[in-house]
Formats: sequence, C-alpha cells, structure tokens
Amino acid sequence: MTPSQTVGPFFGFSLTANPLGQMAGPGATGEPVRLMVRVFDEEGAPIPDAIVELWQADASGKYEHPEDTQAQAPDPAFCGFGRMGTEETGTCVFHTIRPGRVPGVTEKKQAPHINVIVLARGMLDGLFTRIYFADDPANGEDDALALVPEDRRSTLLARQDPAQPGTWNFEIHLSGNRETVFFDL
Amino acid sequence: MHPRVDKRVIGYRRVDPQGQPRRLYEPYKSTVLRSPRRPLIHLPHTLSEVTGPMYGHNPIGESDNDLTRQHAGEPLGERIIVTGRVLDEDRRPLRNTLVEIWQANAAGRYFHVKDNHPAPLDPNFTGAGRAFTDDEGRYRFVTIKPGAYPWRNHHNAWRPAHIHFSLFGPALVTRLVTQMYFPGDPLFPFDPIFNSIRDERARERLISRFDMDTTQPEWALGFQFDIVLRGRDGTPFEENR
Ligand SMILES: [Fe+2]
Repeated sequence: MTPSQTVGPFFGFSLTANPLGQMAGPGATGEPVRLMVRVFDEEGAPIPDAIVELWQADASGKYEHPEDTQAQAPDPAFCGFGRMGTEETGTCVFHTIRPGRVPGVTEKKQAPHINVIVLARGMLDGLFTRIYFADDPANGEDDALALVPEDRRSTLLARQDPAQPGTWNFEIHLSGNRETVFFDL
Repeated sequence: MHPRVDKRVIGYRRVDPQGQPRRLYEPYKSTVLRSPRRPLIHLPHTLSEVTGPMYGHNPIGESDNDLTRQHAGEPLGERIIVTGRVLDEDRRPLRNTLVEIWQANAAGRYFHVKDNHPAPLDPNFTGAGRAFTDDEGRYRFVTIKPGAYPWRNHHNAWRPAHIHFSLFGPALVTRLVTQMYFPGDPLFPFDPIFNSIRDERARERLISRFDMDTTQPEWALGFQFDIVLRGRDGTPFEENR
C-alpha cells in the first residue's frame, strides 16, 4: 500500500476550490439538515485549515454506488458526497438530509449516520468518524454505537440547535478531554 | 440476538501500521495538538465502508491533466511528465478513478493566500490538476517540477520537492491523501513528514522513479509513480459489481 502523508495547509486552490456543501438539491427527498461541523485541536482551538468530507445514503438508505444492491433507485436530487474546508472559526456547513437506515452486519439496519473523513495539516493520516442524530430512536440498536464505550458515544451525536430548527451542530475534537471517537476501518 | 452475518458485504484488508506514518510524531510539531490519544475503535465493514464517492464530482476539463496549459503563457521551470498506475493490493488496476494533484511552482511557492514564502508567484501556473485513470489504471499529468520550500516546523526546515496526491478509489476506506517525491532529494533525511513513516521500504514507495521511456526527447523528463490502494478481503460476488 502507498503510505499516507498530510494534506498540508495549501490544498484550498485545488481540493476545495469548488466546495460541495450543497448535497441536497431542491427536490431531494427527506428531512432537510443544515449541518454545522466544527473542528478543534487538543486545546479546544478551532482548526481553520481542515477538510471535512461526508459520505452518506439518501433518505431511503441507498448509497449511490454499484455495491449497494438494494432494490430502490438512488434519489437523483441528492448527492451523497460533500467536501468543505473549514473557515477561521473551524466551521464548515453542509446542506443535506437525514439519511435512511442502511444494512449492517446483522439483520438490524444501522441507525441513520453520516460517514466522515477529516484531513488537515498536522494530521499525517486522515481520521474516520460517524455523525449520528441525537434524537434518533434507532441509535439504541446500532451495532457500531454499541462498540463505543457508553461514556464516549455522545461525541458521535449531532444535536439540533433549539433556536434554529433544522440546523444541527457536530463538533470534532481531534484530541483533548472531549476527544471524538475515531474508527479504525 | 441477530447473529446472522450479512454476507453480501466483503470488507477491505486492514492497514499495516508499519507501512503508515505515526499519527503523533513529535518532530512534526503540528501533530502534537492534532492527534487522537485514545485508541481508534475497530469497526467491521458494512455497506457504509465499502461504498464511497467513486465517480468524482467535477467534470474533467481539457487542460485539467496538463498544468502547463491552464493559462495564456507557459509556466517557468522544468517541464515534467508524471504518470503511473493506480492498483489495489492484489495489483488489480483501478479504472476510472479520480486522481487530484496540487503543488508549488518551480520557485517553491503555492498559489494560495496563506503561502507567504517570499518566492515569486508564476502568473502562468496554478498548480492544481485532476485526471481519471484509464482501463489499465493509468493516469498522466504534464506539469513543472515543484521547488523545495521552507516551513516553520524547526530551524532551517525545508520540504523536499513534492506533489500532493488525493485519491478516492472504490470505497470510503480506500481514500488516500499522500505526497509524491523525486528520486535522490538531499532533503529526505531532514524531513519529519517523510520520516514519520516507520518502515523505510514504505517511505521509498513515495519516491517516484525517473523513467527514460516516459521522458520525451527535446521536451520533458518523465517520472513513474504507482499508487497502491487497499485491497479486498475476498472476491466480491459478481452480482455486486
Ligand atoms: Fe506541500
């Protein structure tokens, strides 16, 4: 395998020159989600030069990919991939929908989740995490969440902003006492 | 409770940490505040991990793989051809996969507002390219050789000349961001980013190979750089293709 190296600080004119924050088109099916992702370092300082990439299923739980052999067609008004660079405040915003439940390793389907890759200067390899929705009743039976120690599960939950319905906040702490759960995939 | 394994998903081979950089590597100072301290949690692969954004997202323009033809004039510097194959660990070619690159100009300066290295910008060079691989997994770029540049990691710190590469491959877990180096660079022993990789043979996989067959007479030197993404744990069933 070819080893990983850091994305460095100067990707902006290439990788995020055409930011892909708008994943849900006007006709997309599903519950609209304005997702604000913030990335922080060990001291809680915002990281202004990270890339956040999202990959998710559409509202019916279908990934637009040949290995998703479920019968339904993917929503043509929805793009499952998003990629944004963070701003000075460590923030980037995606306009997406709450994904449907996708098959897992057992008969139970997985709880709605968004797969995340974080890249930045100072990170020699990307990190994988997942975003779940704090109010989702399926979280209690999700196989991946069950593998996470109970006291750390909350780091994987996006929470709806009570002042702005439809806006969800998710914090990624690369290190420190609020360190996000990252997955070895 | 639900022990029956969904056999339709065939995972990807796990990564050998010896062949990868240490995430926390003090000589590269920025890693200290940007690396998790707790162990990563092992997840079995599901549809979420074996799918991924494989078709890219931007249409490829005519000059996207020729970084010397993106402006009115020709950029300054040594014109080079960089080509190679994208393969999986079983040496199978990965077709129609997106390869994105970005780099400094010949003077070691990036086209980026935050790059304040006092070296000249080149009005004829942006330094960003993209290409899709062909049926043999091959990509090809024409560009100029990037210059070494200083950074503030330690006293007199210089990065060896490099081109940044970004690939998706067929799945979430095949995502790779890396850097390609040039053979014989005297800065290798001093670069903590290069030396963060534990295994010397793995480090050498990031060094391109000068190739006389790729070199074109009276025009450009050629370099070969193959990229190997994670392989499958087994053979996916044909109907899943
Ligand atoms: Fe660089």
